[in-house]
Amino acid sequence: MTQKSSVRQLFGFMTDVARWSLSGGIGYQLFLCLLVVFMMLGVFAYLVQWKLGLTVTHMSDIVSWGFYIANFTFLVGVAAAAVMLILPSYIFKDEHFHHVVIIGEVVAVGALIMSMTFVFVDLGRPLQGWHILPIIGLFNWPSSLLTWDILVLNVYLVLNLSIPAYILYCHYNQREPDPRKYRPFVFISIFWAFGIHLITAFLYEGLPARPFWNNPLMGPRFLASAFAAGPALITVLLAIIHNATTFKIPKQTFNKLRLIIVISAIINLIMLFSEVFKEFYFPTHHSLSAEYLYFGLDGHNSLVPWIWTAVSINIVGTLLLAFNPGKNRPMVLLPACVLLFIGIWIEKGIGLIVPGLVPSPLGEVVSYAPSWVEISIALGVLALGMFVVTILLKPALIIEQRFETNNETV
Amino acid sequence: MGFLKNKSCRQQITDEHRSCQDAGRRAFLKKAVKAAAIGSTAVVAGCQAPGLLGSKEEMALQFQEYFKAHYRLMTEKERDATIIRLERLAKLQKGVDVQISSKGALPGVLYGYGFNVTRCEGYMECVSACVRENNLDRKSNTQYIRIFEMEPGQMAPNAGNGKFFNEVPVDGRFYMGAQCNHCDNAPCIKACPTKATYREPDGIVVVDYDWCIGCRYCMAACPYYGRRFNWNEPVVPANEITRKQHYLGNRQRRRGQMEKCTFCVQRTREGRLPACAEACPTGARIFGNLLDPNSEIRFVLENKKVFRWKEELGTDPKFWYFID
Repeated sequence: MTQKSSVRQLFGFMTDVARWSLSGGIGYQLFLCLLVVFMMLGVFAYLVQWKLGLTVTHMSDIVSWGFYIANFTFLVGVAAAAVMLILPSYIFKDEHFHHVVIIGEVVAVGALIMSMTFVFVDLGRPLQGWHILPIIGLFNWPSSLLTWDILVLNVYLVLNLSIPAYILYCHYNQREPDPRKYRPFVFISIFWAFGIHLITAFLYEGLPARPFWNNPLMGPRFLASAFAAGPALITVLLAIIHNATTFKIPKQTFNKLRLIIVISAIINLIMLFSEVFKEFYFPTHHSLSAEYLYFGLDGHNSLVPWIWTAVSINIVGTLLLAFNPGKNRPMVLLPACVLLFIGIWIEKGIGLIVPGLVPSPLGEVVSYAPSWVEISIALGVLALGMFVVTILLKPALIIEQRFETNNETV
Repeated sequence: MGFLKNKSCRQQITDEHRSCQDAGRRAFLKKAVKAAAIGSTAVVAGCQAPGLLGSKEEMALQFQEYFKAHYRLMTEKERDATIIRLERLAKLQKGVDVQISSKGALPGVLYGYGFNVTRCEGYMECVSACVRENNLDRKSNTQYIRIFEMEPGQMAPNAGNGKFFNEVPVDGRFYMGAQCNHCDNAPCIKACPTKATYREPDGIVVVDYDWCIGCRYCMAACPYYGRRFNWNEPVVPANEITRKQHYLGNRQRRRGQMEKCTFCVQRTREGRLPACAEACPTGARIFGNLLDPNSEIRFVLENKKVFRWKEELGTDPKFWYFID
């Protein structure tokens, strides 16, 4: 192949991808427009925050991290969960997962973009962001866990963009990708997936100032809850794709995903139980945060309904998925996944960040609920993530489908 | 002040000599920077009416400020240049003449602080002196120092009542202050992703405000609630601004920056007491050089029953509580 033709091939690939991502039926167009509207809402709210400072949030010197960082933490888990598809499909050559692995990778990209955007909107001085870059700024590595997190998240993003891009490019040109070229990176990305979430846990775990976070179970528990919430989201997404597009997903994929979710959710609940036991069997001064979260402290009980909702729907979702009363019918399976996803989002987002900061080191107790700016920006970031997933997934599925039908006819 | 007395004349002379040199060089640089600012203004603005020149000059100065390095990595020349820009900006924006010092740590000095739990009666003079001295935001009522009213049996500020509005002192109660502990093994320094917060050679934990990106990880890491964030643009009435400032101390902060107690670096490096220690009407606040065996703080450490807050965290604070 000459240099020139390969350049032309790449160009054709890019234009086709762009064309496929933006063209579609009226429903598809409307959906994209809706996402853009929400993104604009987020941009507007961010401009307000830009103009007036973070004072427009409900954060304070006591609750110094709020809704943004809560969502960041949760979404890193969703990104890491792609490994639950990558591992079986590339390493164990599971055909049912191999068929959908690209969807998992795209979800990881979307989740990563959302989580990094959440960190960015949380910055007090985003314009000075270059101060953190290596070489031109000062990168406090390896001392600061935040620099570790920046490092691992960006590398994971590159891995999850480049591996599928290479495979799709080969499929686009109707040829098998060369495993020698991508398999090493798949191995790295598997380790990296565990790494991003462990390091995000270490961000909190490494702070002796905050007894609620300074807990060695944090890392493993992050992984377990991520491997429940992530595949739950992917299950729902697969069901949507199965119903809304011509890309059909085999039943066995759903069954295997259900098993992954059930096992992770049960491990997560066991660890949750272990944490609750430690906090309440013999309550110490360090248990005040947990008391604040589960029962309220000094009349501040805004988190109490949230955490009990989270725990209940966590348990209900896990039981539904474990005992499978609907015999794999989507009518039962999908709501159970949604329940589990929301439960983990509450518990690992607001339910983790805010109690870590309350009571303050001076013993002060306050309530926190996100302001309209925080909620609008979060909606905007969510729309951004969904937009990214949609426009990446659409061409990816077209290419995969063409490749599969071509291979079948040959 | 023990360490002041001990400071040799020779040291003082060289200091004065240096500051004379500094002044000369700064005056020269001042003109140069002004010329440069006007020059870049011309580039930015073309030929504008002279009335607009003020705000354009401000823009040009801020543009130059944006690209400056971390304070620790600046050369002497760069430090002088940024200080001239900052002084000029204060003049343009607030109409106030401020003097910003870049005086480094004195050799052979490690600062330590003692808080006399027996003496403190909760008048909170320290708090207001600190607010005035350090140009703290009046809008959000930022305070570096918190005073707690304690019941007998309590021995850590977080157990006490931080919101007392009664007349003090109350019989049977005592008072404890809390502020940055200037830890030798500071969790905030470890956490900061950009090294914007760091420990000066005299032990003061400072923030390079202009290098801070406002991520607030240090705030989560601090076990003493020693850090304050500028959620809004800080407001200090022009006539209340303390004009003798330090780059690492009480100079004007901006929205989105972290700040904290600096042991009043602008005062203490000139041999004065921190504002809180000077303002305390009961003499409950002791400050001095830990390396000077004749200093008051050393006397306290050697002769009083001292303790530190959250000793179990291994942060090694340089802030001791003690009982008479």
